[in-house]
Amino acid sequence: MTTTTYAPARAGHYGLRQAARMEWIKLRSLRSTTYALLLTVVGMVTMGVVTMANTKAPRGAEKIASFDPTNNVLAGVALGQLIIGALGVLVITGEYSSGTIRATLAAVPDRRLALTAKAVVFGGPALVVGEVVTFVTFLAGRAALAADVPHPSLGDPDVLRAVLLSGTYLALVGLMGIGIGAITRHTASAIGTLVGFLFVLPLLLAGFTGTTVAKFFPTIIAGNSLSVSVPDSDVLSPWVGFAVLCLYTAALLAVGGRLLVRRDA
Amino acid sequence: MIEARGLTKRYGGTVAVEDLSFGVRSGSVTGFLGPNGSGKSTTMRMIMGLDRPDAGHVTIGGCPYSGLNWPLREVGGLLEARTFHPGRSARSHLAALAAGGGIDPARVDAVLEDVGLASVAGKRAGTFSLGMAQRLGIAAALLGDPPVLLFDEPVNGLDPEGVRWIRELMRSLAAEGRTVLLSSHLISEMALTADHLVVIGSGRLLADTSVAELTASGRSLEEAFFTLTEAGATYRAERSR
Repeated sequence: MTTTTYAPARAGHYGLRQAARMEWIKLRSLRSTTYALLLTVVGMVTMGVVTMANTKAPRGAEKIASFDPTNNVLAGVALGQLIIGALGVLVITGEYSSGTIRATLAAVPDRRLALTAKAVVFGGPALVVGEVVTFVTFLAGRAALAADVPHPSLGDPDVLRAVLLSGTYLALVGLMGIGIGAITRHTASAIGTLVGFLFVLPLLLAGFTGTTVAKFFPTIIAGNSLSVSVPDSDVLSPWVGFAVLCLYTAALLAVGGRLLVRRDA
Repeated sequence: MIEARGLTKRYGGTVAVEDLSFGVRSGSVTGFLGPNGSGKSTTMRMIMGLDRPDAGHVTIGGCPYSGLNWPLREVGGLLEARTFHPGRSARSHLAALAAGGGIDPARVDAVLEDVGLASVAGKRAGTFSLGMAQRLGIAAALLGDPPVLLFDEPVNGLDPEGVRWIRELMRSLAAEGRTVLLSSHLISEMALTADHLVVIGSGRLLADTSVAELTASGRSLEEAFFTLTEAGATYRAERSR
């Protein structure tokens, strides 16, 4: 049998490059994504700077020792993680509710590759947004600190680490959203699960058991481990907290990927 | 070009497709005919690797869909009308697929022109009527200029002019030597469009024959179809006893 070639033959095989370009065009072409990212930056920076502007100078040796205005770079994290987490969820569930998932998997039948492309393409901008938020909040917030309050500097011990690690939090939450979205495939249940895991459960647990269990939950890690320049021994240390968050993210993406491969689209 | 061997698919306890084998040749329009719920869509989804068969396999040019090097350049499929995000424009939807399929971006405007959506290419696709959504789905199938094309109920929602356009499109794609599998439950439309027929009922093959053969004894295609599907129904009734 002769095979007629209608399009010029092309060597090779589709791969991450094609899949990522496809996801990038999809992400960019929904106006809601841009608005939501903009809202995240403006909202989080505003909350952080206002909090720092209202910070009172510490009194007493103990207060001075634990004084940590850098911690306020994540003052708006409750807002930011909701928006980025929901966007991450929608990267997957928006495709299921609209039927786009079938067009996506027809173009990229390797489902793990399709999920990887989504994670890379959404995680990258989310990381940039997170770092912009924390650095702008830190610099603008420091300028807004009252004159009698000690001003932290990026050169001080642990301050640069706190600002940098805090900036990764949003990207990690966004990726957790993608993983949970791939697991539930429904927007409402995925956002509910994510919010429960991020801060409802730790708040409830904190009421009963203090920090013993709550310290392992994302929002507590963000506010008390990642973003502190004066570490607190009751919670996870900054790098352990970061490692735990990375572990959650990897586990959720791995389970999501496995289910995506096993289930019918 | 398309070879299905022993395809079987169950959803829970319900058998959607059972031990289905057929071939689809290039250069003609093969009609995929069967009542609603007979397993046509399930079969097409298995061809495109979206649903995994419980048994059997299906290949395109000897290769399973998941093994194709450039899937959208090798197979084009319209499986259901709405496989796009309502907030995205028709042009962005196709541009994303072109990027994923390694397809020249210039094809986007070319296929939008071909299906008659050029004037609304920048509008949010969520505002489209069912007919326009079908046209966008057809544009997506044609995007990679593929030698194998699958269309599941493409005339749904189209006006008479659109129906005729689809018929002529199918015929011209086949005349170019492509493999065209077209599913429908509209028998009269099949009689006008298809050369060959694969008829299924309750997920099983009832006939794999030419339109000419099926209507040879002077019967209309519709009569022939009902004879076949009634035989299928009898078979079902016997089996369930």
